[in-house]
Amino acid sequence: MSATGITTAHSVVAPTGRTRAIAGAIVIVYALITMIPLLWIVVTSFKTPDDSIAYPPKLLFTPSIEGYCNLFNTRTRQTPEYIAALPPATGQCDQLVRSRNMVIAGPSNVIPRFTNSIIIAFGSTFLAVALGTLTAYGFSRFRVPFANDLLFFILSTRFMPPIAVAIPIYLMYRAIGLTDTKIGMILLYTAVNVSLAVWLLKGFIDEIPREYEEAAMIDGYSRLQAFRKVVLPQAATGIAATAIFCLIFAWNEYAFAVLLTSGEAQTMPPFIPFIIGEGGQDWPAVAAATALFLIPILVFTILLRKHLLRGITFGAVRK
Amino acid sequence: MADVILSGVDKSFGPVRAVSDMSLAIADGEFLVLLGPTGAGKTTTLRLVAGLEPPDAGSIAIGGRDVTRIAPAERDVTFVFQQYSLYPHLSVYENLAFPLRSPTRRMPEAEIRKRVEEIAAMLRISQKLDNRATRLSGGEMQRVAIGRALVRRPAIYLMDEPLSSLDAKLRADLRLELKRIQQDLGATVLYVTHDQTEAMTMANRIGVISAGRLIQVGSPREIYTDPRNVYVATRLGQPAINLIPAGLIPAGSLPSGATTIGARTEHLRIARATNGAATAKVDWIEHLGDQNHLHLTVGNHKLVTLADPSSDLAGGDAVSLAFVNPLFFDTAGDRVR
Ligand SMILES: Nc1ncnc2c1ncn2[C@@H]1O[C@H](COP(=O)(O)OP(=O)(O)O)[C@@H](O)[C@H]1O
Ligand SMILES: [Mg+2]
Repeated sequence: MSATGITTAHSVVAPTGRTRAIAGAIVIVYALITMIPLLWIVVTSFKTPDDSIAYPPKLLFTPSIEGYCNLFNTRTRQTPEYIAALPPATGQCDQLVRSRNMVIAGPSNVIPRFTNSIIIAFGSTFLAVALGTLTAYGFSRFRVPFANDLLFFILSTRFMPPIAVAIPIYLMYRAIGLTDTKIGMILLYTAVNVSLAVWLLKGFIDEIPREYEEAAMIDGYSRLQAFRKVVLPQAATGIAATAIFCLIFAWNEYAFAVLLTSGEAQTMPPFIPFIIGEGGQDWPAVAAATALFLIPILVFTILLRKHLLRGITFGAVRK
Repeated sequence: MADVILSGVDKSFGPVRAVSDMSLAIADGEFLVLLGPTGAGKTTTLRLVAGLEPPDAGSIAIGGRDVTRIAPAERDVTFVFQQYSLYPHLSVYENLAFPLRSPTRRMPEAEIRKRVEEIAAMLRISQKLDNRATRLSGGEMQRVAIGRALVRRPAIYLMDEPLSSLDAKLRADLRLELKRIQQDLGATVLYVTHDQTEAMTMANRIGVISAGRLIQVGSPREIYTDPRNVYVATRLGQPAINLIPAGLIPAGSLPSGATTIGARTEHLRIARATNGAATAKVDWIEHLGDQNHLHLTVGNHKLVTLADPSSDLAGGDAVSLAFVNPLFFDTAGDRVR
């Protein structure tokens, strides 16, 4: 407001500077609260085992990659004489391990477990989204007998926590030889996620006017071609949002993974808590594994961010 | 191009009879307009011809071939939808090229470019070809939508109120343009609208449709001067035809059964009343610029007619009315002669 008393007109819908500042402050505070545990994990991953359990917690410390060394390698204790007789250490990890009177015995299981997580989570996400898209399209466009009952049935598979059926599934999987197999875990996570995928995607596909496909079909495209050329690009937002929800579930799933996997198909969630060091939990290695475990979801979400922002509103601000 | 014949086509959606016993022949090169209000079954008729809906009964032939059970892709038609015509994820160029890229057509890229540019020039959207389809004004979008139909040379163009979402000026422009293009191409067009001006200006023949039934088909002139019933008579004419109970105004001898007289402006002779021969009173005169609407009261009945621009009648004047070859209708609304 100027001295002459003339007020500046401002838009009634665009936020003013002050509301922007308040909103910004709230977001920053919230972000800090949610970020602190993550930050703590990353910080811990660069501590030595002693620093990691020091009390009061050390905020200033000398960073070390020992946690990562221990995560990626298995070690065995040796006598100082044996270590002294070895050829000079070849890397930083070698040195760190020897300083604790141990030698590197070989690679740990972390890479196979991480690979399992990637294959199982992305595989089941792909399947759930693919099945979900086709099913949602069918329900959206065709006259399916008992469509509403079927959709309700699909949703009802989510009424109880999936783990409630853990024991029947365990017995079933054992009987048909799917325990501790990647394919078994992919199928399981797909089954859990597909209902969510169908429901989310049906909402998105319902919003795509059917005239688009009809125009394509009149122009000489088959229904499947019209689906690929017209429906899929327009459902991209919904597909991206659904894929992220499915991936997050499959990536983080713990209970079934503990129950059904032990080696061959073990994923990261059951692996991480059992990273044991000398005389107990190796916290820096656990923190290192957790930090690495966060990366794929982060990357995937950032890649799909553009779609996600629109997708989260469930089509409300389309057009 | 080819002729299209619908024979006894029925289509219901649950209890709603959208199209009933529709028989209609569209000649090769003809611009046929189906005129009817919302819900009359116009869109359904087009969808039946396109193959987007299967008929419950009857058959449809295009160019002498029975296509009743044939998929839309095989029918050789194009369709301009009332809305949602453009693919938002594609550019204007890609939208126009889309029908030419279909697997059943497979046209060389150079040929596609030539066709698209030709049509874009015809519709004056050449400078918009690289735009996203969503970055266009309403008028431009609709032109692209029409262009998407015109890039192909199908047996018949089906158009579902393509101009209804545009403002009056643009609608008038595109109306003329569309008619010119149709004549240049010698195209067969089945066009549906609820707008009588579009029907009158573009059609070779008009089919008047009501509640899924085709009431009358004929040239715009025939439909206007020789309507089969009251419904058809009220579809055309601005201001709308006046329906006057027989006996209200002296009309000489009526055909037997006539209970209602239909009078358009040209069926009424109006003169300033002299010495008590007054039959009507002028309520008011509506000045629309290019024309004046004269609102009259006869007894407790209201009439609207066009006023002679040079007339000096004013509100409150007493006038005498006489019929000049009006239309007669019976109690059921059908014409009697
Ligand atoms: N897919 C449909 N399902 C149910 N009823 C429909 C469907 N399509 C049209 N109708 C009904 O059929 C009648 C004719 O509709 P339509 O052909 O769209 O009319 P118009 O295009 O002349 O406005 C309307 O009563 C409409 O509600
Ligand atoms: Mg319609």
